Amino acid sequence: MNKLVYLIPLFPLIGFLINGLWRKSLSKTLISIIGSGAILGSFIVSLVLFFQVKASGGFIATAFNFINIENFSGAKALIIPFAFQVDQLSAVFLLIITGIGFLIHVYSTAYMHEEEPQHFGRYFAYLNLFVFSMLLLVLGENYVIMFIGWEGVGLCSYLLIGYWFKNDTYNYAAKKAFVMNRIGDLGFLLAVFWIIAKLHTVSYNEVFTQVASLNTFDITGITLLLFVGAMGKSAQIPLYTWLPDAMAGPTPVSALIHAATMVTAGIYMIARSNVLYSLSAITQNIVAIIGLATALFAATIALKQNDIKKVLAYSTVSQLGYMFLGLGVGAYTGAVFHVMTHAFFKALLFLAAGSVIHAMHHEQDIRNMGGLKKKLPITHLTFLIGCIAIAGIPPFSGFFSKDEILAAAYAKNPIYWGLGVAGAAMTAFYMFRLYATTFLGTFRGTNDQQHHLHESPKAMTIPLIVLALLSVVGGFIGVPEVLHGHHELNSFLSPVLVSENKHHLEHSTEYLLMGISVAIATIAIIFAINKFSKKPQLNDAEGFGKVLENKWYIDELYDTIIAKPLLSFSQFLKNVMEKKIIDGSVNNVGKFVNYSARQLRLVQSGQVANYIMIMILAIVVFILFWYYDSSILKLAGKLFH
Amino acid sequence: MNTVQILFWVLSSLAILSAVMVVISKNPIHSVLWLIVVFFCISGHYVLLNAQFLAIVNLIVYAGAIMVLFLFVIMLMNLNKETEPQKNIWMKLAGTIAGGCFLISTCNFIFNAQTVSKELGRGTVMMGSGDIGLIKNLGKMLFSDYVVPFEISSVLFLSAMVGAVVIGKKD
Amino acid sequence: MPIQYYIYLSLALFSIGIVGVLIRRNAIIVFMCIELMLNAVNLLLVAFSKMHHNTAYLVDKATTKGSDGQLFVFFIMVVAAAEVSVGLAIIVMMYRNTKSIDINFLNRLKN
Repeated sequence: MNKLVYLIPLFPLIGFLINGLWRKSLSKTLISIIGSGAILGSFIVSLVLFFQVKASGGFIATAFNFINIENFSGAKALIIPFAFQVDQLSAVFLLIITGIGFLIHVYSTAYMHEEEPQHFGRYFAYLNLFVFSMLLLVLGENYVIMFIGWEGVGLCSYLLIGYWFKNDTYNYAAKKAFVMNRIGDLGFLLAVFWIIAKLHTVSYNEVFTQVASLNTFDITGITLLLFVGAMGKSAQIPLYTWLPDAMAGPTPVSALIHAATMVTAGIYMIARSNVLYSLSAITQNIVAIIGLATALFAATIALKQNDIKKVLAYSTVSQLGYMFLGLGVGAYTGAVFHVMTHAFFKALLFLAAGSVIHAMHHEQDIRNMGGLKKKLPITHLTFLIGCIAIAGIPPFSGFFSKDEILAAAYAKNPIYWGLGVAGAAMTAFYMFRLYATTFLGTFRGTNDQQHHLHESPKAMTIPLIVLALLSVVGGFIGVPEVLHGHHELNSFLSPVLVSENKHHLEHSTEYLLMGISVAIATIAIIFAINKFSKKPQLNDAEGFGKVLENKWYIDELYDTIIAKPLLSFSQFLKNVMEKKIIDGSVNNVGKFVNYSARQLRLVQSGQVANYIMIMILAIVVFILFWYYDSSILKLAGKLFH
Repeated sequence: MNTVQILFWVLSSLAILSAVMVVISKNPIHSVLWLIVVFFCISGHYVLLNAQFLAIVNLIVYAGAIMVLFLFVIMLMNLNKETEPQKNIWMKLAGTIAGGCFLISTCNFIFNAQTVSKELGRGTVMMGSGDIGLIKNLGKMLFSDYVVPFEISSVLFLSAMVGAVVIGKKD
Repeated sequence: MPIQYYIYLSLALFSIGIVGVLIRRNAIIVFMCIELMLNAVNLLLVAFSKMHHNTAYLVDKATTKGSDGQLFVFFIMVVAAAEVSVGLAIIVMMYRNTKSIDINFLNRLKN
């Protein structure tokens, strides 16, 4: 029964190979069936394993020893097995990845139908490869397998962002994503090396049992470096600028990778390493502060963006900040819960936005939309549900998860809570600004676009409906006891996640906190709808608004500080080192040979007398060497000793 | 020192002196004449060694025929002192030094080899007597043991004659 | 006379001939120096033949041991004569073609 776990990543891998190798000869229908079917198969197996884990706890399935170094550093062997660990945490993530992945695959079959078969096949191959890497990441039994998946999702992100490779801007965005990811990966690798050096193992179980023996410096260093990796992968300050640019990829890609799965890899990694983080208070503070700062910062930028996908991208960065805040204050379950609900409603929002873009024939500027409520009913309803969920209005799922995080934050430090509520208010505001300008009011686009408005096909709307349902009911597995619930998720995950939130706030405090946050969110919603539905004041921003619209000029800052000096340094290397020194020395070898040949040619003078003279001299030398060789050797010995 | 030795030294020094004059002379006709003197000295050495046949043949062939041929050619081309081409001084110096090195090294070599080789150390030359230089004995050896090279040399002469005529033809 | 004297004498003549070949530019003089070298060798050969005859004579009074040396000299002279005739023919032809007998003109062996 345990061996079933190998099927989970195997299906997408096979899907990738088939779609990738035969993409030129398969039809679009066949490609979609193979691609989506692979993920469906993984989902079914994940479901089976989920129930098994629920019933009898986690297990580990080892395939073979990946790295087997005897006598590593002081007669201790280093063994890194290629093994999968299925426990409660990975089971939850498996369901999220394969479930939402399957819905997005189905959605893509309709969204990408304009592509030619070979590009269609390429898309599905990359998507399957991505799911495969993500599954490796969450299934891994040790940090190295996780890292393999980590790199794989970075690669697939690059491939999929630059999917329409003929456009240069998209290629830059893909490169940017990959490079920033790589910076994070460096931190991750250093942390892994540190762990190997100190503990001689990378398997989670062994690390977690031995970690108490390390001193504070080691633990802080390792956790900080791991967090650097998470910063790159999950788009926290300062490595977040790639995520808005990554919207250059197709919308389903944005939904899957940059909303639901890849960006949550960082959260997964920290949640998995919660034992380490609980031992290091400094890192936890840093994580919380950076998470909070990111949440607020991204929310301010989202207030003034005019592209549907960019608003959603900054919203993702902001919500990820909330998740890190949760991790930082010790609410590991809360963070994982928020990952789950966020996956539901963010994927829903992205797919709905994709539906809008599809209907508007690839128009993405919300200033040219409006009044789409009547023409796109299903999309409108599902989008609205997603907005309400993300704003944190009960009883939708976002409320429960966000509130759990905010309550834990209050227990740690009321300021965190206050700022978190401010961020929540901004979230509600900009989301409903987006909703109002897109769906309410009058249509502001061209007549041509208005003519072509129609609801999307079933393959796109059914996933929307499913996700909307999940956004509505998904929160009910985490109802806190304050509200007379049992928080099934908490009890499910408790064997794995050390729950530190023994804050035990009084029930009255909790009610107060919840009430305040809901009230503020509702006020923001009403304000936004009022402002933007009748006469949308979407003229060009000025003053501080302009700064927000230009993303606080962070991209330009990075360009000046980092990119330009590097480029000029490489120019210098090219001109001086490469041309003069390396090329020069190679050329000079050739020139020297030429020169010496010309000089040597003068020996052949054609004068017989010269030749004879040289012959005579040679004879003299021969006589000397032949007859007097013993004395010459003695002389040479005296000279050179 | 008896007569033979005195004669040996006189002939030797005369030969060397004349050879130097051959090389140094600017006028080619003078060079030819000095070379004839060298040949006479060498023939004198042959007589001292009682190689009578060779002495006479040397005089007849070399000094008589070959040098006369040289003289003919020189006079044919009307060479005299002014038209003589001269190498530059450095080449002459280099040539002299090369030859000198050669001489010195080989002499040294012979000098040191006397302890090695018995014959070199104690060999003496029979001077003034010895039958093998007589025409009769040489002739006997020539026509019995060495008759094949003798005949072939006649063919050689034939080819040389033909070659000289062919090369020198004016057409 | 010990044999070394003859060796030294012959070597001296030979090296003078070499110096002459290296120094002179007139082709005919060069040729003559070659003849000089040949003669030096001839002298040495005769001297060696008498030396061998001497060593054999002390043993057997009727020996003819050293005669091949002198016969060799005879053949050298034969060859020298033939060579001179052909060589001078070549020089005459060279003079006819280039109106000069400077051996520096004969640098076609260059390159």
